[in-house]
Amino acid sequence: MPEIRVTPLGAGQDVGRSCILVSIAGKNVMLDCGMHMGFNDDRRFPDFSYITRNGRLTDFLDCVIISHFHLDHCGALPYFSEMVGYDGPIYMTHPTQAICPILLEDYRKIAVDKKGEANFFTSQMIKDCMKKVVAVHLHQTVQVDDELEIKAYYAGHVLGAAMFQIKVGSESVVYTGDYNMTPDRHLGAAWIDKCRPNLLITESTYATTIRDSKRCRERDFLKKVHEAVERGGKVLIPVFALGRAQELCILLETFWERMNLKAPIYFSTGLTEKANHYYKLFITWTNQKIRKTFVQRNMFEFKHIKAFDRAFADNPGPMVVFATPGMLHAGQSLQIFRKWAGNEKNMVIMPGYCVQGTVGHKILSGQRKLEMEGRQVLEVKMQVEYMSFSAHADAKGIMQLVGQAEPESVLLVHGEAKKMEFLKQKIEQEFRVNCYMPANGETVTLPTSPSIPVGISLGLLKREMAQGLLPDVKKPRLLHGTLIMKDSNFRLVSSEQALKELGLAEHQLRFTCRVHLHDPRKEQEMAVRVYSHLKSVLKDHCVQHLPDGSVTVESILIQAAAHSEDPGTKVLLVSWTYQDEELGSYLTSLLKKGLPQASS
Amino acid sequence: MKLYCLSGHPTLPCNVLKFKSTTIMLDCGLDMTSTLNFLPLPLVQSPRLSNLPGWSLKDGNAFLDKELKECSGHVFVDSVPEFCLPETELIDLSTVDVILISNYHCMMALPYITEHTGFTGTVYATEPTVQIGRLLMEELVNFIERVPKAQSASLWKNKDIQRLLPSPLKDAVEVSTWRRCYTMQEVNSALSKIQLVGYSQKIELFGAVQVTPLSSGYALGSSNWIIQSHYEKVSYVSGSSLLTTHPQPMDQASLKNSDVLILTGLTQIPTANPDGMVGEFCSNLALTVRNGGNVLVPCYPSGVIYDLLECLYQYIDSAGLSNIPFYFISPVANSSLEFSQIFAEWLCHNKQTKVYLPEPPFPHAELIQTNKLKHYPSLHGDFSSDFRQPCVVFTGHPSLRFGDVVHFMELWGKSSLNTVIFTEPDFSYLEALAPYQPLAMKCIYCPIDTRLNFIQVSKLLKEVQPLHVVCPEQYTQPPPAQSHRMDLMIDCQPPAMSYRRAEVLALPFKRRYEKIEIMPELADALVPMEIKPGISLATVSAVLHTKDNKHVLQPPPRPTQPTGGKKRKRASDDIPDCKVLKPLLSGSIPVEQFVQTLEKHGFSDIKVEDTAKGHIVLLQEAETLIQIEEDSTHIICDNDEVLRVRLRDLVLKFLQKF
Repeated sequence: MPEIRVTPLGAGQDVGRSCILVSIAGKNVMLDCGMHMGFNDDRRFPDFSYITRNGRLTDFLDCVIISHFHLDHCGALPYFSEMVGYDGPIYMTHPTQAICPILLEDYRKIAVDKKGEANFFTSQMIKDCMKKVVAVHLHQTVQVDDELEIKAYYAGHVLGAAMFQIKVGSESVVYTGDYNMTPDRHLGAAWIDKCRPNLLITESTYATTIRDSKRCRERDFLKKVHEAVERGGKVLIPVFALGRAQELCILLETFWERMNLKAPIYFSTGLTEKANHYYKLFITWTNQKIRKTFVQRNMFEFKHIKAFDRAFADNPGPMVVFATPGMLHAGQSLQIFRKWAGNEKNMVIMPGYCVQGTVGHKILSGQRKLEMEGRQVLEVKMQVEYMSFSAHADAKGIMQLVGQAEPESVLLVHGEAKKMEFLKQKIEQEFRVNCYMPANGETVTLPTSPSIPVGISLGLLKREMAQGLLPDVKKPRLLHGTLIMKDSNFRLVSSEQALKELGLAEHQLRFTCRVHLHDPRKEQEMAVRVYSHLKSVLKDHCVQHLPDGSVTVESILIQAAAHSEDPGTKVLLVSWTYQDEELGSYLTSLLKKGLPQASS
Repeated sequence: MKLYCLSGHPTLPCNVLKFKSTTIMLDCGLDMTSTLNFLPLPLVQSPRLSNLPGWSLKDGNAFLDKELKECSGHVFVDSVPEFCLPETELIDLSTVDVILISNYHCMMALPYITEHTGFTGTVYATEPTVQIGRLLMEELVNFIERVPKAQSASLWKNKDIQRLLPSPLKDAVEVSTWRRCYTMQEVNSALSKIQLVGYSQKIELFGAVQVTPLSSGYALGSSNWIIQSHYEKVSYVSGSSLLTTHPQPMDQASLKNSDVLILTGLTQIPTANPDGMVGEFCSNLALTVRNGGNVLVPCYPSGVIYDLLECLYQYIDSAGLSNIPFYFISPVANSSLEFSQIFAEWLCHNKQTKVYLPEPPFPHAELIQTNKLKHYPSLHGDFSSDFRQPCVVFTGHPSLRFGDVVHFMELWGKSSLNTVIFTEPDFSYLEALAPYQPLAMKCIYCPIDTRLNFIQVSKLLKEVQPLHVVCPEQYTQPPPAQSHRMDLMIDCQPPAMSYRRAEVLALPFKRRYEKIEIMPELADALVPMEIKPGISLATVSAVLHTKDNKHVLQPPPRPTQPTGGKKRKRASDDIPDCKVLKPLLSGSIPVEQFVQTLEKHGFSDIKVEDTAKGHIVLLQEAETLIQIEEDSTHIICDNDEVLRVRLRDLVLKFLQKF
């Protein structure tokens, strides 16, 4: 029995370390290869030894697919390919291929240079890993081998984020990666066609949330920033360089423009400036509005937002600063935070999720006295705000995507177990499909029943179609043919053609039955009576009286002869082939009953 | 399968393919060489052009002198220029289901087709093709609309009058169908019917046919198309290039195993080497500028100009031209330069790598930043104040009949210091120059056509091995001007089928198979038997379901048990349905074994007689006779159905059913 097997190595009832193994029609595909932000030990990467105990990964996996550049989806890639060892193809979109190595290098620097970790992947390994990458276009059907094909769909989560369809023959799986069903200021909404996969593997970060309108959140954000600036305060927005940073920049830029505000906005240097370049060059991946107007005004060329210099932090007067990293755990954002925390006029806005242990997480959970290194205590007097600008689909969006793709079953990953449970019920109720939520290392097996494609000879098909397209429910018509199976080539042809192709002669089986009838009249007269009798009974059949005196019904031949011994008896010879058996046998029984008396 | 050929221009094709109940238009090229018969449209009143003498017949009859003007022995129509459309009468264009566009040059007739023929289908093209195609159309409309011309000549088109005109007007084809340019509104409406596609995307048409664009290497987003069903494959090759310029390289492998390969859009200048031409372009440009002259480059706003700017970027410093201003004048100059930088995924590998850094893929970004290249929407406005000479001007239109180029021809034509360099291969430069004669400025002809030449074509055909090649008639013979060059034509076996405008070709292949799916329940019930080593057979009786051109075989329904006791209504209910097919039989019956079997089943008194072709088995008691031959068995018996069926089943034991 063919089946599809799915095993999450990461992201099973969890957020982070996305890595899902899929076996479909004998092909093995690994979806994403992420790291976990909450761990610094072995648990940081997926347990690749699960894939194969003693074989090489390359022999076992047909390909690896990376959905987008976030580290929880690609952070373990160099470790996997260069340290564990995988030489097969790695598929991702062009923007992901461009940005991924930069984030990996950044991650490596923090881990090795700052935290001093040994046995971590090197810069060279990142480069070697990226050499194995094959870039894909949206909607392009990539033939991984003769049977396995993959296709990318727009996911709208970050620049270059994609959902992937994995297909072998008539069986398919769709993996969403992270996606967003509502267009935002710089990205479009995720979209997929009605591809009816056997299984849809979807993220479920916001499985239970139905978010309020984005406009409200934006208005709220702008109001808070505006108020702080008005009262002369400084606003710190810790962000990661790519993704939400651009979204918020566009938001503030247009607001500043409209309100004619003068307070400076700064962007901390380095990666971010470069990041904006990526957005400019990959503008075809952004939303329609930006694409349409980019010649007149490139949304990623900011007029009001300037590069930040660390000296600016002490400048008097209001300002807004975007600084990395997003969780206030190190770097520039933390430095600025320490400088500004003591002033109640200032404000810090956390636009995303913070992992436990970070300063970001501490202040969000209400802590106002922070112990810094050197036993120094930092008192936080500044205003602390949290605002979710994550680009994940909410419950409504997930349901919408399931409706779009019409899968036969759904599997949830990238979410918390409790919330998944809720969504699982909802999906099962609304769509009447099975929904699964395996934990890491747990395998879900789905039996499939793929239909078998064969070639039918056009002659046979047309003969069948000519008899009318709609099958009659009461009297279904049967198509009869011969399936010739040679190697993996399956052809359905008419029986005649099959015999001919195989050089076999047809064996004709013929029956001739003698029907004795008492009748003194001449044979010729007899034939005429048989003819008119059959003609009146068999209205739908072709009954003919041939010049040689015989009668035919379709291809059945009836001849009248005198009985050799008894002149008062005539013999009707009814002759038919095996293929006409039903009709032939019917005719003999009909004729046996005798002929009606001539009405004349 | 048929091919309707609507255009006679080999590089601006327009064909309609009928394939498996779909009607597919391949490209929508607009032949603009017709405009060469018209007088140029000057931006500002040109005394020279307006004072050209009217043309009169040999007998002095001057009734056409308002419409036709003479310049240096050539006659031109003084009217709004008109274009030669694809044939619209050969096939009802409202029946076209889809239009596949291969590159932005081959879509210029789109508004005429989608807006005026009742077309209701979908157009498929890649994103760069649409964006740049839009720019080309916008430029064209702008060039023509900004100099409204009162006069629209039509008298000369009268067949009886056209006969009297001098060449080339006399020989112009289908003049009655020539049309003026479309409007921007029509362009927008036409472009709104386009659906964007990516390379190697499989697009299903009505479940019957699948079409796929492939990179053709000629221009940004340019594609060849595969049109295939499960068993047949047609490749449409249009405007392809194997040279490494800026676009993604051509995908040749996917063209393999085609039944038919339609080949259009080869190089128009088979004898010119594009690299050599670029070199000549640079050196002539440098020479003119050093001597204090100006250089005019008539060009399209996208395409080769990107490569020329890239060459100049590397060349100007070494040639000491750093202080010479380069101007690019077109209503879409800015858009074109901007768009070129955002199609990373459609570029060659080198340029893609630059984007990953991230840097703009084309160096003209730097030329603009350093003020070496300036671009203007037209020569009005900012340009007139910035204008410094000597300089190099890139501007359109390459036909020299409209656009800012007309102004520069008039302005610089009188000085032999200046040079006009022709790089676009679409128009004969001599014909383009005709209405400007006599001319003092130097004319250099460096046509750069990167499309396939005949050597590359023959290599390609050897590689992809199509069963049949179809191409415009021009490719099956050497060019008229070089009739001895037998190498300048397509050479393949079997010989290519050629087409000309308004011809209908029956393409030489017969469809024999169609895909059908066997449902798993039915497949499980099949009993395959091995007939020969490696070949198995199974007889299939199933119900055919067809929906959206997809065929599925389902298991036959279980026979419903006849409900006993029900009275027969009519005799005819009993008449068997002759549509129920019985299998064919094959094999032969070994007489001895057959007789043994009969005996085993209780028949006695069996007599066997030999005949010429086989045997006769007699069952004397039952008055039954069974003739057995190699390929036939004949059972002759009294009307005893039970006996007949018993004998039948015994015979069938020895035969195979099909």
